Amino acid sequence: MLESLPCRRMQNRQDLITLWLMRWLAAMIVLLLILLVILLCKLALPAISKFGLGFILSDTWNPITEEFGAFPFIIGTLITSFMALLMAAPLSVSVALFICEICPKQLGRLLGTFVEMIAAVPSIVFGLWGIFSLAPWVQNVVTPFLKNTLGFLPFFQGPSYGIGVLTASLILSIMITPTICTFCREVFNTIPSQTKEAALALGATRFEMIKIAILKPSYSGMIAGIVLGLGRALGETMAVAMVIGNTSRLSLSIFAPGSTMASVIANEYAEASNAIHLASLGYIALLLLAITLIINSFARFIIWKWTPKI
Amino acid sequence: MSVLKVENLNAWFGDNHVVKNISLDYKANTISAIIGPSGCGKSTFVRCLNRIHEEVPSAKVSGAVYLQGKNIYGPGVDAVTIRKNIGMVFQKPTPFPAMSVLDNVLVGLRFQGMCKKTTLMEIAEACLKKAALWDEVKDKLNQPGTSLSGGQQQRLCIARTLAVNPPVLLMDEPTSALDPISTAKIEELMDNLKNEYTVIIVTHNMQQAARIADYTSFFILGDLIEHGPSSEIFTNPKNKKTEDYVTGRFG
Ligand SMILES: Nc1ncnc2c1ncn2[C@@H]1O[C@H](COP(=O)(O)OP(=O)(O)O)[C@@H](O)[C@H]1O
Ligand SMILES: [Mg+2]
Repeated sequence: MLESLPCRRMQNRQDLITLWLMRWLAAMIVLLLILLVILLCKLALPAISKFGLGFILSDTWNPITEEFGAFPFIIGTLITSFMALLMAAPLSVSVALFICEICPKQLGRLLGTFVEMIAAVPSIVFGLWGIFSLAPWVQNVVTPFLKNTLGFLPFFQGPSYGIGVLTASLILSIMITPTICTFCREVFNTIPSQTKEAALALGATRFEMIKIAILKPSYSGMIAGIVLGLGRALGETMAVAMVIGNTSRLSLSIFAPGSTMASVIANEYAEASNAIHLASLGYIALLLLAITLIINSFARFIIWKWTPKI
Repeated sequence: MSVLKVENLNAWFGDNHVVKNISLDYKANTISAIIGPSGCGKSTFVRCLNRIHEEVPSAKVSGAVYLQGKNIYGPGVDAVTIRKNIGMVFQKPTPFPAMSVLDNVLVGLRFQGMCKKTTLMEIAEACLKKAALWDEVKDKLNQPGTSLSGGQQQRLCIARTLAVNPPVLLMDEPTSALDPISTAKIEELMDNLKNEYTVIIVTHNMQQAARIADYTSFFILGDLIEHGPSSEIFTNPKNKKTEDYVTGRFG
């Protein structure tokens, strides 16, 4: 008892120091985020005071007349992200299912690692690949096919130069596939093998087992994974900036060039002609930050809602 | 009359030989218990009887199991069809998450493509009654199955298995995770099941086997040591090892 006393005091002091260190580090992270928002606000302030909230819905972007509006970029961001989701979500879920439930364990692990490696490919590499391989393919193969089958819709009309909204969405969908796929695999792996066996023991085929014992209980988990992927797609910059064509003109056609919030910032901040131009870019950055924060909080919320049930 | 006939059944996990050359005969409308120390292959044995064993990646089986004269391991026999005819209740209650009580009961019938609403409701009610659960859940059929208590969940799993109406029912320690009251309820309902089904139950509880089973088999390390009417196994065993086990001197 007596001997252990000083030792315990030592331990207490260590605990105390660790505790305070942790608190400070945690506080710093929160502070950093707040500071970031404040600085962004300061940068954007001239644009905010000049254009107000009308900035969001205005579609003029003219550095010469010093009139700026974020609408084309917001639309570009939303359209590329949602198109990317439309392609990536079914693909990712199927790949995750294949890895977890259908192929042999060894092969599954290999495939899983491979998918995760896609996430490690630098954005710029995707961009280059997009320009030199994907864009010509989109121009020569995908566009004619879509025009022949769905060409009566306004979204699939007009010329294609390879570079454009469709190409950007395709690249994005590949880039967010690892995010969604890895998350879905984790969700599927939380299903106990007893649940799967129970379904099989009732006379379920493999397909029925997957439907009722895996997909049904994983519903909100999959949504959370998809929303996380959306968060990633909204902010992705480099690869998109390289293949989207960068124009502030809005077009109905997905073959036409466009622009996203992230890509316009990357392309224009270095050569911003005047203070209000720079402030407008800051304003767009602020909006982008707000959108991604909201989307990610939404994903966290779903994950949090879903966790206690398993 | 024999409903299920097991002939020279062997099962492995990789190189681990866990069920060794077992032959047994199960008569219609009886309850048969399997007892033995844990790890002796009781679960693996019953899991071979409805071909769930083969879902484990390293698993192997040899031998034959005849369900009403037809070998379930015969060439071209589909495991899915077999499992519709040999139901199984597991040790831990396994209601399907994100499914209501009613959907849990009917899910097996949906696999068979049955969807007429009135018939389904009748079957659900009948099965829940057979599982002695109807009175407790008739007002919460639309609540999630996972919201029931452990004992109720297990009876829900029994009802779910009965809905498919398999002639043979396997139960792998169905009460070992439950409280004594739920256990008593399940033992009681099992006695009624005998009228329509052939039941094979694994249990580590010898009193339970003595109370409910007509026949009892005793396993050690994958070998069948003795099989016979429960009254004989528990009061007058022929094998010395069985005697040691049922009198509590071993295991
Ligand atoms: N999924 C599995 N993979 C590998 N070995 C297993 C598995 N399940 C059980 N075994 C082995 O098989 C033997 C018998 O197990 P089991 O049939 O579960 O016994 P019991 O139900 O009688 O307790 C044990 O030695 C156990 O280690
Ligand atoms: Mg067992």
